[in-house]
Amino acid sequence: MFTPEQIEAKLERILLKVERPGRYVGGELNATIKDWDSVTARAAFIFPDIYDIGISNVGLKVLYDQVNQREDALAQRAYAPWLDMETLMRQHGIPLYALESKRPLACFDLIGFTLPYETLYTNALNILDLAGIPIRSADRDESHPIVIAGGHSATNPEPMHAFIDAFVVGEGEEVIHEIIDVIIKWKACAEQRRSVESGNPLSTFHREDVLREFAKLPGVYVPRFYQTTYMEDGTVAATEPVIPEAPRLVKKRIVAKLPPPPIKFIVPNIDVVHNRVSVEIMRGCTRGCRFCQAGMITRPVRERSVQEVVDAADAAVRSTGFEELALMSLSSSDYTYIKDLVDAISKRFEGRKLTVSLPSLRIESVSIELMEKLKQHRSGGFTLAPEAASERMRRIINKFIPDEDIIKTTNEIYSRGWTTIKLYFMIGHPSETLEDVQAIADLCKRVIAEGRKVAGWKVKLNAGVSTFVPKPQTPFQWVSCDTRANILEKQALLKRELFKDRNIKLSWTKPDDTLIEAWLSRGDRRIAEVIYTAWKNGAKFDAWEEGRKFDTWIAAFEEHGLDPAFYTYRQRRTDEVFPWEHITTAVRKNFLFQDFRMSLEGQIRVDCRLNCYACGILPTFANLRRDNPGEGWKCPEVKSPTKKMEMELPLVGD
Amino acid sequence: MRIRITFTKQGALRYIGHLDLHRLWERAMRRAELPLSYSQGFHPQPKISLAAALPLGFSSRAEVMDVRLNEEIAVEDLSARLKDSLPPDIKVVQVRTVDEKLPALQTQTLSAAYDVHLTEPVAGSELKRRVEGLMMSESLIRERRGKSYDLRPLVEMLSVVGMADGSSWLKMTLAAREGATGRPEEVLGALGIEADTARVERTRLIFKE
Ligand code: SF4
Repeated sequence: MFTPEQIEAKLERILLKVERPGRYVGGELNATIKDWDSVTARAAFIFPDIYDIGISNVGLKVLYDQVNQREDALAQRAYAPWLDMETLMRQHGIPLYALESKRPLACFDLIGFTLPYETLYTNALNILDLAGIPIRSADRDESHPIVIAGGHSATNPEPMHAFIDAFVVGEGEEVIHEIIDVIIKWKACAEQRRSVESGNPLSTFHREDVLREFAKLPGVYVPRFYQTTYMEDGTVAATEPVIPEAPRLVKKRIVAKLPPPPIKFIVPNIDVVHNRVSVEIMRGCTRGCRFCQAGMITRPVRERSVQEVVDAADAAVRSTGFEELALMSLSSSDYTYIKDLVDAISKRFEGRKLTVSLPSLRIESVSIELMEKLKQHRSGGFTLAPEAASERMRRIINKFIPDEDIIKTTNEIYSRGWTTIKLYFMIGHPSETLEDVQAIADLCKRVIAEGRKVAGWKVKLNAGVSTFVPKPQTPFQWVSCDTRANILEKQALLKRELFKDRNIKLSWTKPDDTLIEAWLSRGDRRIAEVIYTAWKNGAKFDAWEEGRKFDTWIAAFEEHGLDPAFYTYRQRRTDEVFPWEHITTAVRKNFLFQDFRMSLEGQIRVDCRLNCYACGILPTFANLRRDNPGEGWKCPEVKSPTKKMEMELPLVGD
Repeated sequence: MRIRITFTKQGALRYIGHLDLHRLWERAMRRAELPLSYSQGFHPQPKISLAAALPLGFSSRAEVMDVRLNEEIAVEDLSARLKDSLPPDIKVVQVRTVDEKLPALQTQTLSAAYDVHLTEPVAGSELKRRVEGLMMSESLIRERRGKSYDLRPLVEMLSVVGMADGSSWLKMTLAAREGATGRPEEVLGALGIEADTARVERTRLIFKE
């Protein structure tokens, strides 16, 4: 294997030939460089997209810090090289390496991918290939790193089951230490095997044993220890463990209390997509929008205190020099002390040049006051997400905001000096018709017409219309995707209606993008072969115009005798066993089903902070809740003994 | 106050361009909590000016930059604060105050000195012959980005340094005035050396007194 010096010498010959070589050299402030030989376990965390995007990922940063804080382990980073760099690396025989040490990824003990969205799957395969690590889990031996993955798409890990040795379902802050502990044991035993010949019981601890240990960790799913059988119609009959250590149902991991947020963000030396400090103010969401996977899978809501957020933001801004601070959550307005937080932030950063972003604000005038307090440049525009525009649709998706509230808010935004409003919508929701889409166009026109009355002709509107993809572990996991023909017709309608007004800017998602995401997100184990073939034939960077190869995907489906429509355009039977049936985010299937039924009837389920609907979080995490009373969690308190509750409320199915 | 900072740019930072370097310094100043002056207007810019852009891939032992601050700060204090707020491949060599009224740094730059090491060595005698040939010529017309120009007057000094082990490397001083900048890779081109077999380091910037 190449030494760091050899890799550096090889890089020197190619770096000036690629776009933005700063992506590939590391050397950033706040990167952690530990002595390679001073630790036992070495992990490489990978965001499988380009540096410019991956570097800002907070989830990986948290894990990076967690591991580097240990004395016995180190963590480094790698990203997907862009097409130009990949070509040259392959030409010059340079394996993918970690930015900190320039050591090949194959030298590490643990490779950890984050897979927040499905269009990164082919990139993950490509990265393993570039690193010279066998792509299939089954082909790896004692000499190869263990490959794990986490992130939102781990809520249906099956499409990637053949390539990833173990998945972390849920939050990684605690479980990463348990994983590292097992790796350390593995290393120690390998060491012993080298010194003592045989007879030592420890020395029989091999790769397979590591994975067996992993299977015992709550929240860790090791696909090789499960077997899937299928029904005649191609749906899953069951996915069952084949060893006693593997649980029938893998429950996601959560932390009872959010640990202190990262402060020492790595400061890239080149301009990247998000040059900013991000502080997570709250995790989880209680709104229950039925299309939103994040909202369903990150429950329960846990908040950080105002003091903790402000102090962390201050320390992070000081240690990075970043010009922007993002206060992250799925729904800022729902943070209990949002007003206090905004006051405290604006006071703490008074007079310092800092842009503060507060995403996902509710459509109400309070939001405008919050933004005003943060003294943001009005040039940035004001973002709101109504998602749907007809009353029927709003009921179906469980995001009910009357037109009048929207108009009242947008008028106020325009009249207080913002010239641009960005409105986010989604088309392709279940049972959506052209009328529902027409309502989006009408609402946009009304927003701008009313805006002109209060603020004149300078007002602008950006309408971002994405396409809904049904996701696992949500109330819409049963529904069919809208067809390509329907989507094109709906997009044509919007273009026809909105292109006339020069002050309305419309953007939309290409149907091809949506389809790739749709196959992968509800795919089963058989999709793994499709991914492999598509990648083999050149598919990568599926989220990028430059990379996506739609026909390659179609050909891959054909090669394996699978019909893409089976995954996209099929309404699931009510009693269907899903490919992800053995994975639970603790929100019970029958709760999701009930919610799905309510959506068919147009019934709203309001914020569960006001009224707990027993979604399943509490019985699953009753112990954690009981040990962490108080208002940090937004679920009701638990006092009764756990055992009983667990028996009364089965986790899945009825 | 106006301060002049001399710094190194090595390792990974060789691959960071001029604009990114500018921004890197702006952030470093913010981290060090130095009171940077900003220009007026809708998009205030920090008053940081770098003497001469360093081409991508070159390292440097002596980049020079002027910065304007809103408050007076002791020079020792400045260096100490900057030290901890820079990425590992940038090191401050010197910080001193300069007269506010001096003309802009870029207009004061005259020439730049470089050391060039070759990864695919050319025999010392052959290299000497080529260098002499270049220095003897009256003019050296080359083309760059579709325009032809005379490289020869931009080469102020060029010599071969022979080492005891028989290897050799080049030293050169090239003009670095506004509108008249000699580029080391052009000189290498004129000497028949592939730019990607050379490691170039800027060793000094020379200013008008
Ligand atoms: S347990 Fe109740 S309060 Fe908690 S997330 Fe579920 S429905 Fe909401």
